[in-house]
Amino acid sequence: MSSTTVVVTGLGATSPLGGDVTSTWAAMLAGRSGVRALTEEWAADLPARIAATVAVEPTEVLDRVKARRMDRSGQFALIAALEAWSDAGLADEAPDLDRVGVAIASGIGGIQTLLANYDLLLEKGPRRVSPLTIPMLMPNSPAANVSLALGARAGVHTPVSACASGNEAIAHGVDMIRLGRADVVVVGGTEAAVLRFPMAAFGQMMALSRRNDEPEQASRPWDVDRDGFVLGEGGAVLVLESAEHARGRGARIYAEVAGAGVTADAHDIAQPEPEGRGAARAMQLALTESDLSARDIAHINAHATSTPQGDIAECIAIGKALGGETDHVVVTSTKSMTGHLLGGAGALESMATILALHHRTVPPTINLDNPDPEVDLDIAIKQRDLPPGDIAALNNSFGFGGHNVAIAFRSA
Amino acid sequence: MASTEEIRSGLADIVNEVAGIPADDVQLDKSFTDDLDVDSLSMVEVVVAAEEKFGVKIPDDEVKNLKTVGDAVAYIENAQGS
Repeated sequence: MSSTTVVVTGLGATSPLGGDVTSTWAAMLAGRSGVRALTEEWAADLPARIAATVAVEPTEVLDRVKARRMDRSGQFALIAALEAWSDAGLADEAPDLDRVGVAIASGIGGIQTLLANYDLLLEKGPRRVSPLTIPMLMPNSPAANVSLALGARAGVHTPVSACASGNEAIAHGVDMIRLGRADVVVVGGTEAAVLRFPMAAFGQMMALSRRNDEPEQASRPWDVDRDGFVLGEGGAVLVLESAEHARGRGARIYAEVAGAGVTADAHDIAQPEPEGRGAARAMQLALTESDLSARDIAHINAHATSTPQGDIAECIAIGKALGGETDHVVVTSTKSMTGHLLGGAGALESMATILALHHRTVPPTINLDNPDPEVDLDIAIKQRDLPPGDIAALNNSFGFGGHNVAIAFRSA
Repeated sequence: MASTEEIRSGLADIVNEVAGIPADDVQLDKSFTDDLDVDSLSMVEVVVAAEEKFGVKIPDDEVKNLKTVGDAVAYIENAQGS
């Protein structure tokens, strides 16, 4: 791997906690839950009737005609990308767009569009299926729409690896810059699957929390009473840039993306490998690629989705990856507040990791009333400060299929 | 049966919904693609919505001949009459 340094110069998000980065971050630090009861009629007979829906409807933000040509997942991605692009200062001084790439992930793709048009097909026949269905439902649609909106003309990609997709997009963006294929890559992830069908399907996997009467307490990573994840929706985007390009234009640098580790469990299509070997190896590879040691890691934003098995497997993996040197590491799961954004999770949590390094403070893990006795990590149950000086952090994302992606960030 | 102006006005509402063009700009001499920002996929949406609104069938082979709003209005008027 070449020595090209990759930095983060822009952030964007629309999440269950806020319609932008500032409001999302403030809510995270305040320990607010974005989970609500689904009172809609379509949810009435579902086993899990809670979800973390976005705080600001995308149609309140986007031009109506643009919005109707995009799946909800594409709308989230575009909103986050436009914010990140402006935040990076690129809206005012466009770079060489032939050297700007996009890598925006999705776990499931445009499922709202697919389902709505399948209903139209059954109810009203083929003539009523929208001609926009395919460009809206294809999983690369959010990435393509971001490319269209920004004029980005280097490679445009959509990694698909379930709940690891967002982190995989970040890893891909880093590779593009290090391979010299782009100077700037707009990376991130998005998901919009709070719908009857996917919620029924995840429910049948016994994957979702059924704490229907206490939505705000339902996502409780590492707590003894955790009973599954809470589905979330939203999107987050980072602007990655070679350090040389960023410095050349005097850009503000939030953090460095030091490296990535990507592995597979090859164990089971849905269950995590219980000893966390693949996850540990992903973290170790990220450290190696980043030239970091366990002592450098001050913070980990864990995947920790609030499932009985996954949360513990990750604890074991973190212990393994850091060779037992975890006393100095402040660990948190922002999913306790945002729910699980599937393909959007890695990007939103990387945003939180970057801001934790930038502001030297870690958002809390809420609802951790009674930690599982198997947890031997320092979990932030309140907002916690990080030390000054050169520090680094990891963000983990793992996905159905056995995908493990860890991203290492270094303070700027 | 709808009058020419009723058909134009109905089409204008559809074009406004699909492409965001102000309904008053959707006049008989306007080209869907050149003047009204209706691309080929949006044109399919316009046609299907017009079929439902005016109770006519517009075969896929005909769509390429409907270059202007006037072409579409004339086709719908004829189809309603037959």
